[in-house]
Amino acid sequence: MKKIFSSEITPETIYNSRRSFIKKLGFSTGSLILSSSFFLNNSSQAEERNKLTTYKDITTYNNYYEFGTSKEDPSINSKNFTAEPWSIQIEGEVDKPITVSYETMVKDFPIQEKMYRLRCVEGWSMVIPWMGFSLSHLLKKVSIKNTAKFVEFESVYRPKEMIGQKSNILSWPYKEGLRLDEAMHPLTLMATGLYGKKLPNQNGAPLRLVVPWKYGFKSAKAIVKIKLVKKMPVSSWMKAISQEYGFYSNVNPKVSHPRWSQATERRIGDSIFSPRRPTELFNGYGEEVSNLYRGMDLQKYY
Amino acid sequence: MVMVKRYLTFTGAWIFKNIINILIYPPLFLKKIVFLLCLWPIISMGFTFFTNNFGANPVNEIIHHFGKWTLIFICLTLSISPLRRITKSNSWLLYRKMLGLFVFFYASIHLLSYTGLDHHFDWNIIVEDILEHRYVLVGTAAWILLLPLALTSSQRMKKILKQNWIKLHRLVYVVAILGVLHYLWLVKKDLTQPMIYAIIITILLLFRIKFKKN
Repeated sequence: MKKIFSSEITPETIYNSRRSFIKKLGFSTGSLILSSSFFLNNSSQAEERNKLTTYKDITTYNNYYEFGTSKEDPSINSKNFTAEPWSIQIEGEVDKPITVSYETMVKDFPIQEKMYRLRCVEGWSMVIPWMGFSLSHLLKKVSIKNTAKFVEFESVYRPKEMIGQKSNILSWPYKEGLRLDEAMHPLTLMATGLYGKKLPNQNGAPLRLVVPWKYGFKSAKAIVKIKLVKKMPVSSWMKAISQEYGFYSNVNPKVSHPRWSQATERRIGDSIFSPRRPTELFNGYGEEVSNLYRGMDLQKYY
Repeated sequence: MVMVKRYLTFTGAWIFKNIINILIYPPLFLKKIVFLLCLWPIISMGFTFFTNNFGANPVNEIIHHFGKWTLIFICLTLSISPLRRITKSNSWLLYRKMLGLFVFFYASIHLLSYTGLDHHFDWNIIVEDILEHRYVLVGTAAWILLLPLALTSSQRMKKILKQNWIKLHRLVYVVAILGVLHYLWLVKKDLTQPMIYAIIITILLLFRIKFKKN
């Protein structure tokens, strides 16, 4: 597994001071930054690829329709959301359904810091230092029947606290799904925090899924139920516009969204004079996950 | 007491009459004020730029800002004729050309920020984007249709083209429809914003059909 070494990542403080330095230099540096990017050597290219997005951008630019459809809505409307107490129900094709409390999960499972790139289906991306545990730890708590092939995730339904759920923009509660082997993959994370802090409400508190090689909407937030199922689940986005949002939704520059291109992405935090970046197959995690899709037609199973 | 009351009624009526007069027969100097007001999208964007208040995705912010203002100016331009009919005053015509040119101006900045800022004039990508994605296609088409309108906006061209000028400038109706489609086809799921423009433009276009019948 290819790791992003912490030495490759610029800490937010240094990153910020660098940014303000650039800002002080004014616009003329815009072109300078552009031209200098041609001379970057490999290590600084890796640094560029995984430079952390600021805490501010990660927590104020969110797609979380439960709290409204514009990017800043979740950070404004999620203030009164109660993330404690919390528990997750695991049911379906299991020998014995269980309910696991948030406290049990953070106590029993090893919490690791994982720096993942996040690619949104809208064509922008971030690099986020998540805290969390592999979903496989949680799934191993139940004995899964052989009949289980897929996993369905259900987010919380609380229209009193989540203003967006008062409209029928999507079918609530939000549902997402993974194939069982995708769910068990070591990269698949249940995030409980970011930047070493508890997960903010607008990012899916108290715990959310993170599947870094798929478009962001696959990573369901504020999960209350995990169901092991025989058949491929229908996600909220598939239900809304099935021809545009497939079940797999793997990041793939060659498979366009029917209405816009997926070939490039804009990295949040880049200067307004920076070009878009080329999007990578499986968001650059192909080495780890491409064996999950061996022999599969990715154009057909988008 | 009666005198005071009568005086107040009189003054009130006088002020009211004058407000109505200014609204219906706006004096020429108002045109300069309207021109300055029309620069608001630039001023507000400049303010955002210098205070670095863009938010996380400045390029999108800039593109969407000028896209929305283009639609707003299309609505303003299209409301001149209905206002003229309703108020039975021709003075609204004073602003029509200016507003129309502002449509072209903001549409051009919108297009330029998409081609330049977002795609660094990478024509391969841009042309592919235009041909493959219908929302980009109708947007580009709308801008191209604005070109002849902007080029023939002068009084001289109006005199040369005569009746054809009126026919040509009806293209603005097509531009309005394409502009709304451009927005409708772009959004992911929440159609509220584009629907607001769609409804306003539909009403403004229906006015035309009604006039025709009358």
